[in-house]
Amino acid sequence: MRQDHLISATQLSRADIEAVLDRAAEIDADPSAWQGRHDGSILGLCFFEPSTRTRMSFDTAMKRLGGRTIDMGAVESSSVKKGETLADTMRVLEGYADALVLRHPSEGSAKMATEFVDVPLVNAGDGAGQHPTQTLLDLYTMRQNAGLDDVTVGIMGDLKYGRTVHSLASALTNFDIRQHFISPESLRLPRSVRYDLHESGAQVREHTGLGEVLGELDILYVTRIQRERFPDENEYLKVAGEYQISAEDLSAAKDSLTIMHPLPRVDEIASDVDETDHAKYFQQAHNGVPVRMALLDMLLSEEEAQ
Amino acid sequence: MSDTDRELRVSKIRNGTVIDHLAAGQALNVLALLGIDGSGGEGVSVGMNVPSDKLAKKDIVKVEDRELSQSEVDVLSVISPEATINIVREYEVIEKKRIERPEYVEDVLSCPNRNCITNAEEPIRTRFMVLDDGLRCDYCGEIVREDEVPSRLDVS
Ligand SMILES: [Zn+2]
Repeated sequence: MRQDHLISATQLSRADIEAVLDRAAEIDADPSAWQGRHDGSILGLCFFEPSTRTRMSFDTAMKRLGGRTIDMGAVESSSVKKGETLADTMRVLEGYADALVLRHPSEGSAKMATEFVDVPLVNAGDGAGQHPTQTLLDLYTMRQNAGLDDVTVGIMGDLKYGRTVHSLASALTNFDIRQHFISPESLRLPRSVRYDLHESGAQVREHTGLGEVLGELDILYVTRIQRERFPDENEYLKVAGEYQISAEDLSAAKDSLTIMHPLPRVDEIASDVDETDHAKYFQQAHNGVPVRMALLDMLLSEEEAQ
Repeated sequence: MSDTDRELRVSKIRNGTVIDHLAAGQALNVLALLGIDGSGGEGVSVGMNVPSDKLAKKDIVKVEDRELSQSEVDVLSVISPEATINIVREYEVIEKKRIERPEYVEDVLSCPNRNCITNAEEPIRTRFMVLDDGLRCDYCGEIVREDEVPSRLDVS
């Protein structure tokens, strides 16, 4: 990978993505071979909003590479609460670590942070913006189950605020993939994401109901629709059922359909789906560690080579 | 006598800038862009919906003792690509600039995405990439269509 930072899935070429996924597969095949590869390296975990899973996944990945992590702790007790800018905080933390992971509630925060630090920085979610490492593990899971070429993918749920969806949609344009977006009218993809898809010439269609496309799909990527996104509770109740799936709803699906979800889920995938061969979301969650190991290994190796 | 002669005669300026061939309706946006509301005492004349050969109708703005910064010219190119900028010294047009669309405009627009990091108290300037029909925040990716640009002018 040529970049020093990973900020957005839009910066990733097909070759970049394949390099990370190939490295992740090597790691998966023989994890012990990677132990100690980055002895003495320190990864700074800068989480300005809570995300236990993503933080633990990076923490585990770094430790499996032999490195260590430092954590700025809860935002409530830090200097951030006292009004320090993100720019200042990042400039200070840069001095402590060989690479930084940033999770922040504002869109564009990771991009801004790269203007103030020289060590590699990974965006672990910026508001409703991007979440590129989630995308890499999503792609890894897709490649394991359905491949990444000549594939039909449905992405369903809250497409407006779902940063995992925004990152994934743009990354998929690197491959021969037909994308179907399924959501209530009010939670359609934002203009900026539709613009990118259009520019890339991607094959994209939008739907309001899963039934219109279920039978064609090789992969169904489900995200949660948050009740609080609807100004009117009745509006939510009207659409909610449309975007929840149970084992019974899947009778029209291909036998080989892969169902994914970035987790945590609430009620959008009924637990009886877990027992079917379609369910791959726990495998997807496990993939977070080897994929993040691969990415950190590449960023830190580049850093050490300089 | 051409249109331009007649206009210049109405309110000739000694030194300053004449922004001509503005799309009709853009004059007030240009004043906003330049941060001119009259309170600074500048000499300003504005023509709106003036007949023009080039455009059916155009606006024109003349400002005494004021030159435009590059980022002001850049934004002007987005809201009114046909505009021309004439620099006047001692009542003569000494330079006629055609404006070009830049790749980026910096520090003159605010991002409409309220959750964008550029709207937080951080030590950064806004930066928008210029698209064919609008602008795009370089930080959060939000798109501002051409017709929305005037309302995003950051005239603090
Ligand atoms: Zn923005």
